[in-house]
Amino acid sequence: MATDRATPSFFTTHLATLGPFIALVAACVFFASQSDNFLTGTNLSLVLQQVMVVGTIAIGQTLVILTAGIDLSCGMVMALGGIVMTKFAVDLGWHPALAVLAGVGVTTLFGLINGLLVTRVKLPSFIVTLGTMNIAFAITQLYSESQTVTDLPPSLTALGNTFNVAGTEVAWGTVLMVMLYLMAWFVLRETAAGRHVYAVGNNAEATRLVGIPTQRVLLMVYVMAGLFYGLASMLSVARTGVGDPNAGQTENLDAITAVVLGGTSLFGGRGVIVGTLIGALIVGVFRNGLTLMGVSSIYQVLVTGMLVILAVATDQLSRKGGR
Amino acid sequence: MTATPIVMQARGLTKRYGQVTALDGADFELRRGEVLAVIGDNGAGKSSLIKCLSGATVPDEGEILLDGAAVHFKTPIDARRAGIETVYQDLAVAPAMSIAENLFLGREIRRAGWMGSVFRMLDKKRMLQESMARMQDLKVGIRSMTQPVETLSGGQRQCVAVARAAAFAQHVVIMDEPTAALGVKEGNMVLDLIRRVRDQGLPVVLISHNMPHVFDVADRIHVARLGRRVAVLNPKRISMSDTVAVMTGAMPADQIPQEVLA
Repeated sequence: MATDRATPSFFTTHLATLGPFIALVAACVFFASQSDNFLTGTNLSLVLQQVMVVGTIAIGQTLVILTAGIDLSCGMVMALGGIVMTKFAVDLGWHPALAVLAGVGVTTLFGLINGLLVTRVKLPSFIVTLGTMNIAFAITQLYSESQTVTDLPPSLTALGNTFNVAGTEVAWGTVLMVMLYLMAWFVLRETAAGRHVYAVGNNAEATRLVGIPTQRVLLMVYVMAGLFYGLASMLSVARTGVGDPNAGQTENLDAITAVVLGGTSLFGGRGVIVGTLIGALIVGVFRNGLTLMGVSSIYQVLVTGMLVILAVATDQLSRKGGR
Repeated sequence: MTATPIVMQARGLTKRYGQVTALDGADFELRRGEVLAVIGDNGAGKSSLIKCLSGATVPDEGEILLDGAAVHFKTPIDARRAGIETVYQDLAVAPAMSIAENLFLGREIRRAGWMGSVFRMLDKKRMLQESMARMQDLKVGIRSMTQPVETLSGGQRQCVAVARAAAFAQHVVIMDEPTAALGVKEGNMVLDLIRRVRDQGLPVVLISHNMPHVFDVADRIHVARLGRRVAVLNPKRISMSDTVAVMTGAMPADQIPQEVLA
């Protein structure tokens, strides 16, 4: 009997990430044909550096979307975290490590607030995070008086420093992002806590009935998402070298786009974290490639908007076809 | 009258919702090794009774005994901890997850050693093997435990839910309309499985509207009416139409012949 086991083929189990991967390769081929500068080590390293912020936010966003929710506040919360870190370090003179901790604490607190409103008050995540998005944005502007925070201590931007691998500069922040992905991959795939995130997104009622505390799972997901946004603010500060009150505005939609492009279903319960990394790379490659082609940033926003709709439509259609 | 020990018993269960009395002093008795069908018209108090037994609601009055000891369930999780598993009508599985994952959902086995204790890593191999063993015990003809549940037919999915309940229940399996959403062939598949669960020694409470299914599989039939238990019938001695008559009240309790009672 054991030999008779019809295990799903490699193709079907990996189809979910195969599509996004092909899209990424296609995008790279396209931009390489349009610009000689695209396929250079320097440029690809730049893409990776540009991706680290969106990529890290997208891990948190993936957790939320896997539970069939959505977090519209991700970019704004990330920006607030960055302002808190830099203001605390520069204005209040806190030790950079403590300032970073304070920033991550604030973003995690926002995750907790989102999570409590979703689990205790039973509000839809869409409305909750639409509210906290605006709240986080307003606090960011008020606290920073819409001024960029400069003259940061060097240790705050250390993750933006690079090291040389075979002639290509790689930022430490990129390494951190990859490590975060490995961690998320392990937890989601190999631990009960991770599988429960999928179960809640698949069938919350059935999950509750087998005795899993679904509300606690959901709350943890939002808190963890807030934590990842905080790590992303650290990377954003390191990358830009300032505390920017207007950060996070493109990252907000880019992160959702990355998750959906990566094959995670907005209906919850389906998707893999590696897909999100590929999705973030697709977004990064589009932004970078369009810049190299001399396309203005407004058109990049336009393209991202179209990408996200295309990705959701593909998800929707494939679900219908799959039944 | 009976030598078979009673596994689960309820006495005088009462449940009111505002002006409506759903349960009006209902009794219940489940014996070892039997399939007890619970039937009743809509509003007869059948589902309120089951909700009390499975912990989904708390009765206002009355007591529930499990193996002779009083139990007080506040949530379905309390009932599960006491060894009572419930299978619901609406295919309570996680569709995109594998059969093995569904079987072990909420009861995952971690790896031995530090990989399990420090990193909380799951022992997928062992869960897969145990899933295979369980499914073979119950003769469920599903080959791969790694395929997502959504690739299965409705009957096979329900078999997964039943197998999960049977695998973890210590005392009782309650099945709430397990065949209602299924076709004829699929329904029979689940009925076969119910018999096998009983033959392995677990008593089964089967709630069903489907008289042929009830007569096919039940050892005794508990008839609920107007919030009470009017009779427990022996399906081998009574016809289906008389059973319906008892259920609807066309045959009053005092007119039921003694020999059809169980």
